[in-house]
Amino acid sequence: MLADRDRIFTNIYGFDSPWLDGARARGDWDNTKTLIEMGRDKIVDEMKESGLRGRGGAGFPTGVKWSFMPKEIGSRPHYLVINADEGEPGTCKDREIMRSEPHKLIEGALVASFAMGAHAAYCYVRGEFHHEIACLQRAVDEAYDAGLIGDDACGTGWKFDFYVHSGAGAYICGEETSLIESLEGKKGQPRLKPPFPAGVGVWGCPTTVNNVESIAVAPTILRRGADWFAGIGRPNNVGTKLFNISGHVNRPCTVEEAMGIPLKELIERHAGGVRGGWDNLLAVIPGGASVPVLPKSICEDVLMDFDSLREQRSGLGTAAVMVMDKSTDIIKAIARLSAFYKHESCGQCTPCREGTGWMARVMARMVTGDAHVDEIDTLEEVTRQVEGHTICALGDAAAWPIQGLIRHFRPEMEKRILDNLARRSAAE
Amino acid sequence: MPKITIDGTEHEVEAGMTILQACEQAGKEIPRFCYHDRLSIAGNCRMCLVQMERSPKPVASCAMPVADGMVVYTDTPEVKKMRQGVMEFLLLNHPLDCPICDQGGECDLQDQAMAYGMDHGRYHENKRAVEDKHMGPLIKTIMTRCIHCTRCVRFSTEVAGVHDMGLIGRGENAEIVSYLDKAVGSELSGNVIDLCPVGALTSKPYAFVARPWELKKTESVDVSDAQGCAIRVDSRGPEVMRVLPRLNEDVNEEWISDKARFWVDGLKRQRLDRPYVRVKGKLQPATWAEAFQAVAKAVKGKPGSEIAAIAGDLADCESMLLLKELMAGLGSANMDCRQDGSKVDPGVRASYLFNSTIAGIEEADALLIVGANPRWEAPVLNARIRKRYLSAKGKFPIAAVGPAVDLTYPVDWLGEGADVLARISSGGHAFAEVLKSAEKPMIIVGSGAVARPDGAQVLGQARKLAEAVGAVTGEWNGFNVLQRAASRVGGLDLGFAPDEGGLDTAGILDGVTSGAIKVLYLLGADEIPTKDLDKPFVIYQGHHGDAGAHAADVILPGAAYTEKNATYVNLEGRVQRGQLAVFPPGEAREDWKIVRALSDALGATLPYTTLADVRQGLVKANPVFQGIDDIQAAPWGEFGAPGEASGAFSYPIANFYMTDPISRASATMAECTDEILGGREGKTGTDG
Repeated sequence: MLADRDRIFTNIYGFDSPWLDGARARGDWDNTKTLIEMGRDKIVDEMKESGLRGRGGAGFPTGVKWSFMPKEIGSRPHYLVINADEGEPGTCKDREIMRSEPHKLIEGALVASFAMGAHAAYCYVRGEFHHEIACLQRAVDEAYDAGLIGDDACGTGWKFDFYVHSGAGAYICGEETSLIESLEGKKGQPRLKPPFPAGVGVWGCPTTVNNVESIAVAPTILRRGADWFAGIGRPNNVGTKLFNISGHVNRPCTVEEAMGIPLKELIERHAGGVRGGWDNLLAVIPGGASVPVLPKSICEDVLMDFDSLREQRSGLGTAAVMVMDKSTDIIKAIARLSAFYKHESCGQCTPCREGTGWMARVMARMVTGDAHVDEIDTLEEVTRQVEGHTICALGDAAAWPIQGLIRHFRPEMEKRILDNLARRSAAE
Repeated sequence: MPKITIDGTEHEVEAGMTILQACEQAGKEIPRFCYHDRLSIAGNCRMCLVQMERSPKPVASCAMPVADGMVVYTDTPEVKKMRQGVMEFLLLNHPLDCPICDQGGECDLQDQAMAYGMDHGRYHENKRAVEDKHMGPLIKTIMTRCIHCTRCVRFSTEVAGVHDMGLIGRGENAEIVSYLDKAVGSELSGNVIDLCPVGALTSKPYAFVARPWELKKTESVDVSDAQGCAIRVDSRGPEVMRVLPRLNEDVNEEWISDKARFWVDGLKRQRLDRPYVRVKGKLQPATWAEAFQAVAKAVKGKPGSEIAAIAGDLADCESMLLLKELMAGLGSANMDCRQDGSKVDPGVRASYLFNSTIAGIEEADALLIVGANPRWEAPVLNARIRKRYLSAKGKFPIAAVGPAVDLTYPVDWLGEGADVLARISSGGHAFAEVLKSAEKPMIIVGSGAVARPDGAQVLGQARKLAEAVGAVTGEWNGFNVLQRAASRVGGLDLGFAPDEGGLDTAGILDGVTSGAIKVLYLLGADEIPTKDLDKPFVIYQGHHGDAGAHAADVILPGAAYTEKNATYVNLEGRVQRGQLAVFPPGEAREDWKIVRALSDALGATLPYTTLADVRQGLVKANPVFQGIDDIQAAPWGEFGAPGEASGAFSYPIANFYMTDPISRASATMAECTDEILGGREGKTGTDG
């Protein structure tokens, strides 16, 4: 279990003041100037050494991402874009940061922007987060007033502006390139890659898009050193992480824990255990709606980090743990996710536009069992036809939950179909 | 140059190419729907997926630039499966209405489903239905068929430069719409019909008219404006069913204007299909012999100075050559092919050509438009200017003198009048500096500037300006006249202009009013004032019962451009040939034959018996006619008149959709006028 002294977000529950005085008391903005005086290269190297992997879901090493930005600022300015469009069902970590620890985010944005030669950071906040936008904006205003950001951020001479931008509530705008499109005032549809944002990003300028949590932990990592951060967790899956535990647990919560904590320990210790005891567990979706579901047998000993979950053909995603006990109709639960992806598909590329609708409709029939057993194979094949063939990862995200369902709960689905068949023939 | 391995063989390709282009070059066919050479890359149909080594996912070949050492596979079982998958998705919600779909037989989806699709569907849910949209009188929509490739949206925003089309909604509910269900307000809108890979956007006038395999295809050139766009005339029996663009990189790329495409129904209305002679004030049907006799009677004994001829906008070179020689035979020097009264100098070829050439627009780095509205006078050429504006990324300053109109690209409107031009050409205007500092400056002079009484002065100032800013060098000639009529450059090249002591159009019309001109020969000339045409004896040779025919004493029925093998010279001086697609209706004949037969009746027989003879005659009259599809640079010379011009320029075209006898006879063009140009406004429910 993570020791209290290793926690980064010490006010994640908002028990203390989230504002500047409280933040300062917790050590934020403490001599930020010295962090910046480390210089661009040193900051990026330190981030690389820390082994921090992006907290938005894909787990790409943050320091490496920062190093993709052009070394020299050319004719086009650089930008940092912070992805606060926390739309992944089950996820509620960035929200807590913006509410209770906004200054960590702003300080991180300053350091990250400096490290990438950006004079401006845009924080694209999910439209529904009205309260969080207000909190963040208040913190930004405080930081400006205190001279922490602005024309001479923290007395370093570095000009830095922080803009809070409200989205309009589309899930797809959490994808980095469609977030950029949306930020530019266009319809939120993902762009083709290449070119990658580090070359051609927002308004055609070099841009890095980072998750809120990735940015917010940066100052602490720099202060306490890469070694400290890299020492938590297991190799390639290091540091601390905010986990969101929801569903059929006794105490749903957001908690900062070390990477690689066993799933069972996470649920038992922090969420008060599964409703009705561990044996009442049916399945867990370990990383937000888009990763495949895990049955109880795997949940027994799986570790909560990128590589362990990948080995189990699932993923850490945003570390939003959704727990389902035996009262759950697992087919209906996954069908609900399929309906979500059908609704949120942007409609740009063929496999996702047409495939999400197809999958959702078949899944709806699977719930009632109004289907043929062969259709499970067809459905599986359709998910393979969508997966990897789309412009962005929404196609994959729509396919994976169904693949997980078929992989682990196929007997359940077959039983439903056969039961329905038996019921119908009995009625006739 | 990067080396790339495609299906096991190595190919060296140009840097900056996409994988799709490289595969194409290597002879590997890659299916696609959304990709189009001339539009931006969308990468949304996913049909062009290929496998690439070291890439975990398949890549969209249309959007992936080649890099050295890439290893690409286009024919593996996985690729085949991917294509089948995408094809299946595209067909999920596509209706099975091919038998009643106008795209049938020339449908990308049909063809590719045959080549890459599965033999059966697995989708048993209900299909989506989409409400049809109204896109004006030209484009018929059946939006259920749409596969969301967004080619139409990209065409209208990028090439046509209007924001009238877009994709709204998300996911399955995404729909292509026109803004507020209004007609697409572009002169190039018909091209989206060709671009649409399925039957979602089809031609409204052509709906349920014919199947592609029943049509005879004839390659020809367009005459609706002076650009000479390459077209394909599709006909069935005696009827022209439709006109489609043909590829010609130097002229029209692959676009044509709506007028060129949709005016064809005008070829079936108001046609002159037999000769007429005016008897006791009324036009009576007659035989060819009677018509010729009537002409002979009128001409007999008249001195050449009392006879005149004007050639209209659609006249072909062959008939103009013969008419010119006939006039010479009758001793007349009064003839003009500039029925709009343009003051370009027939003696200096550079004074009436688009010297930079159409393709040359893409090299220009500054542009001044004088008294021209290229969007209406040559829509496809205007799209080239827009293309240059887009490719130059802000380094292509465009200014114009004339009343401000929307040209689909930003223009600095300097003023309306000739005085502004005078200021620029004398160097007293800031834009003169812009032109001077440009390497390849362009000046486009429209007929709104030269077809006016002081047109020669305007032309002189424009020439002075071109010389002053260094627009005319050895390799580059930036002086351009934007001709409007298909016949004009050809006529001027042939010298269908007043000879020594002859009268030009204005002079002839004055002569008509004063009575000095007793016999007037109109070769398809309909756009001249007809007020006093009852005074002389008027011979009208043409194909439509338009203004000229109404004023005529003898009507000689000719052939429209689809009905004859004829030569036209486009505005940049490119000699092109139109082909006969259908025969002229009734007793109408090819125009050069009419003049030749008439010359017999007048006792001034012309020495031509075959088309080959006439074409030799063309070459003899001007060697430029030797090079078909070629352009020869015109030598620079002195032209225009010294002195001041005054007054604001005005554009000659009041209604883009009705500029000539064919389009005035077209019901489709009338509908466009009504709906797109707002003729319907102010009408009450009882109209029509």
